[in-house]
Amino acid sequence: MATIDSKIPEGPIAEKWTNYKAHQKLVNPANKRKLDIIVVGTGLAGASAASTLAEMGFNVLNFCIQDSPRRAHSIAAQGGINAAKNYQNDGDSVYRLFYDTVKGGDYRAREANVYRLAEVSNNIIDQCVAQGVPFAREYGGLLANRSFGGAQVSRTFYAKGQTGQQLLLGAYSSLNRQIKAGKVKSYNRYEMHDIVMVDGRARGIIAKNLVTGKFERFAAHAVVLATGGYGNTYFLSTNAMGCNCSAAIAAYRKGAYFANPSYVQIHPTCIPVHGDKQSKLTLMSESLRNDGRIWVPKKIEDAKRLQKGEIKGSDIPEEDRDYYLERRYPAFGNLVPRDVASRAAKERCDKGFGVNNTGLAVFLDFSEAINRLGIDVVRQRYGNLFDMYEEISDVNPGEFAREINGVKYYNPMMIFPAIHYTMGGLWVDYELQTSVKGLFAIGECNFSDHGANRLGASALMQGLADGYFVLPYTIQNYLSDQITVPRFNPDSKEFMDAQKKCEADEDALMNIKGKRSVDSIHKELGHIMWEYVGMGRTKESLETALKKLKELRKEFETNLFVPGTKDGMNIELDKAFHLKDFIVMGELIANDALNRNESCGGHFREEYQTEEGEAKRDDENYFYVGCWNYQKDDNTEPELLKEPLKYEAIKVQTRNYKS
Amino acid sequence: MATDNIMKVNLKVWRQAGPKEKGGFVTYENVETTPDTSFLETLDILNESLIEKGQEPIVFDHDCREGICGMCSLYINGHPHGPATGATTCQLYMRRFKDGQTITVEPWRSAAFPVIKDLMVNRNAFDQIQQAGGYVSFNCGGAQDANAIPISKVDADEAMDSATCIGCGACVAACKNGSAMLFVSAKVSQFALLPQGRVEAAKRVKAMVAKMDELGFGNCTNTRACEAECPKRVSISNIARLNREFICAKLKD
Amino acid sequence: MSNSCLSSIGKKLIMSISGLFLVLFLLFHMSMNVVAIFSGEAYNAVCEFLGANWYALAGTLVLAAGFVFHIIYAFILTIQNRKARGVERYACQEKPAAVEWASQNMLVLGIIVFVGLGLHLSQFWYKMQFAEIAGVTGNQFGVADGAAWMNYWFGQLPVVILYLVWFVAIWFHLGHGFWSALQTIGWNNKVWIDRWRCISNIVTSVIFLGFAAVVIAAFIKSL
Repeated sequence: MATIDSKIPEGPIAEKWTNYKAHQKLVNPANKRKLDIIVVGTGLAGASAASTLAEMGFNVLNFCIQDSPRRAHSIAAQGGINAAKNYQNDGDSVYRLFYDTVKGGDYRAREANVYRLAEVSNNIIDQCVAQGVPFAREYGGLLANRSFGGAQVSRTFYAKGQTGQQLLLGAYSSLNRQIKAGKVKSYNRYEMHDIVMVDGRARGIIAKNLVTGKFERFAAHAVVLATGGYGNTYFLSTNAMGCNCSAAIAAYRKGAYFANPSYVQIHPTCIPVHGDKQSKLTLMSESLRNDGRIWVPKKIEDAKRLQKGEIKGSDIPEEDRDYYLERRYPAFGNLVPRDVASRAAKERCDKGFGVNNTGLAVFLDFSEAINRLGIDVVRQRYGNLFDMYEEISDVNPGEFAREINGVKYYNPMMIFPAIHYTMGGLWVDYELQTSVKGLFAIGECNFSDHGANRLGASALMQGLADGYFVLPYTIQNYLSDQITVPRFNPDSKEFMDAQKKCEADEDALMNIKGKRSVDSIHKELGHIMWEYVGMGRTKESLETALKKLKELRKEFETNLFVPGTKDGMNIELDKAFHLKDFIVMGELIANDALNRNESCGGHFREEYQTEEGEAKRDDENYFYVGCWNYQKDDNTEPELLKEPLKYEAIKVQTRNYKS
Repeated sequence: MATDNIMKVNLKVWRQAGPKEKGGFVTYENVETTPDTSFLETLDILNESLIEKGQEPIVFDHDCREGICGMCSLYINGHPHGPATGATTCQLYMRRFKDGQTITVEPWRSAAFPVIKDLMVNRNAFDQIQQAGGYVSFNCGGAQDANAIPISKVDADEAMDSATCIGCGACVAACKNGSAMLFVSAKVSQFALLPQGRVEAAKRVKAMVAKMDELGFGNCTNTRACEAECPKRVSISNIARLNREFICAKLKD
Repeated sequence: MSNSCLSSIGKKLIMSISGLFLVLFLLFHMSMNVVAIFSGEAYNAVCEFLGANWYALAGTLVLAAGFVFHIIYAFILTIQNRKARGVERYACQEKPAAVEWASQNMLVLGIIVFVGLGLHLSQFWYKMQFAEIAGVTGNQFGVADGAAWMNYWFGQLPVVILYLVWFVAIWFHLGHGFWSALQTIGWNNKVWIDRWRCISNIVTSVIFLGFAAVVIAAFIKSL
């Protein structure tokens, strides 16, 4: 059995990264020019890594599936980015950011990685400001901050409600500079299909030109995956339509461990599903929970009438409303972490208190805030979100509805949890290298920093930390002994064989010639995942899921229909390629969830909860990273390996958001 | 659900097999949808029905479906991103249309944005303009403390308003001259307003305008169609700033 | 083609500066004409002053150059713009409410203005300044008897109608052209755009009213 070495440097937690950098091997400038690196993905992690590596002197080949690097889904992040600057003088520090992140992650993250993340968080803000990112500022000209869920300090930097966009455009601008300088070659509308291994190391990729439909071969000294998460396994999620896990699964098939796949974040404030034709769920920013109050009716009769459409939310007076988050978590109230808020909503809906026609929604109400602050102030804060909500659901949350007993009520929003982010991902060591030599994974694609749950405004931080400040250092430790390795010939046998395999796989998909469209099977996959591997999981539900997934794979392999030909652009063929891997991913999630007989963060097993319905961890038996190792084919169950967690700086406790 | 208020629309869609092929309109009648369904989801519904019949689905660009990635395009009933103002195609819902209405869907039309297939166009020219100078020349790692350069809130907010451009190309699609001035001016303005960007402002504006001209975009005649159709409401005051920056830069030569 | 000689903004700058110059000329021309409403003799004195003198000739040449540049660049830009638009056109198009009609029809308006100018030159300039330079004699009225020419032409209803149509075209052309020129020069922002449009409307309307008043006054007098 393989042993897992996470390569955590020696020394006290605060000195590990400094020590590492002081002792790591570097590549001198003349040699950097001789080395090529492939970076797949152009989100925050990919674009920042590609540009930084190129600035250092490496030759970079950068790939994205969209028509431009600027479209990657990091662009959709709304709220902000955390950093331990302590500009607000409210007692923030690197240690506190580190501590909050580990606690928020329900004590399942790797300590050393998180500390490093908190440490470089400050450099990220400096870097982005120097790039010209227009962060929000105070009248004095200094940077502004806001507060976010799971923290007691204001450490979130933001650019309106478009922080992800601005940070990504910053990274994109650096990338553009390097493209112009000729140090980065940019391949748009290309999708990676496989990793090419030469003598046990990742040495290149096979990518499909999505416009011509042809496979092309690319060689390099190292391959970096920055291809995001696997949320779209659930079909409906807040991920972009193009987000997929095929690159990560390709790596997994080549021997890269897949870590903690069951840690899936379900975001509490999304617009509820409206029908079976829906393709995508829309997130309403977490910042709404600062002033919005979440509730369902106290009386089941009221809920029933809401579901039938006989009454509206604004018809229910204050005394008949159950502000269940404030009731259950007095200390954090509506600002509990995402996993807690999502589960609480599910609990109410399961009991029949859901407020829309499907019974799968709760109210997010601004009446109290509007009565306290006035509609103008509330609109100033959330006006754009209200407009967005109105465009989608035809209800204006800022509109006065009626007065009952002298209290003014406004239209509430309806929200429901939805798949949003995946904490699990490719296993990486401290250097962000996967278990395959020469293959690195950064950003949401890896598993490393968020444990079992991610705090708001930390995804941007991690993506940029990996891309700007971590990988460009650690990859040199790997490349330092590669300087004498000559460039690989992409026409060599290994590359040609890999391409032939990709072509054969594609032919296989085209030749099924069944009856069902990709989306119809994907929707079924999503249904299985949401129903049995969703917010509340049990041993039985997971076993059912695994059984159904096997059947679904059979259905996929025998009854899929892909129209058109494989020459030229074929969007259905590309989707079919993704779906094949989503099914593998679904099994990974279910297997990991079944193995993990505890509840922690985004993973909730109904058998393991306290009397009050809170998650019950089992630190004695499950204080480890679950790493799944691919066996000979997709149908064979993967092998579980464990990376034990060692906490030196933090005392492991039960999360408490009640007092 | 979704059975209570079904609506039917006719979709008149531009189909084109490839960049060099001849395209034409195909009308798909009585596509069933609901007012709560988005326009792109209605296209998804149509595509599913095409696949069921063994036909190839309509190709169109889309990704985030939250109005921020700038991937979606489509010229719908005479407007880029459809009849709603300040919103992208992916944020357009069917309640904007009437039951039984015929909706014309076309790709962006501009020489600089050639059609790839059906409704999908090649907007690579935008990337090339950004590569010409849309950045601050600065290497990662050397930055001073973020608060070392105070920037007035007014300037920072205005820079943000310019930087909000999503690069979708609606401005070019709306412009009768196929001009990319609004797009270029948004990026030039963002940097012109910030001290970080001022250092190489002259070089940047000349390089970006030269690239824009080279790529065959038209000339701005201040019709303001771009501003009216921009899903992010980027103002043409940015174009005035671009002109100012450009003229000053040229005068300094 | 002309990409190599001038950038897009450079060409636009020529359009706007020559355009603004022509606006100034129109203002001047209009104020001169208004004199005719009050006194034909005074108007003739102005005509006399602007006869075949070296300064008047120089002025005419500069003015002609302004027109030539404005027109040539209008065509260069229009050709480029049409090329940039591509071969395929939209089947269904709808003008956003905020877009001025004039702004999308500047070339057509310009052509109407140009045709009107031809008529105007043949009726006045050819008979006056040109006749003076060329030493042509035998016209009905003298080369400096502007008032008589005016009364002659504007006593005819069709001519009056043609002129009024021409002025309306100028009104539309300038209504967009004036603020647009300032935008191109870069003298604009979110606050000034409304101010410039207001000033633009006032200047344009003053020019229009001044010219129209002279023509109508002459017509009424002739009745």
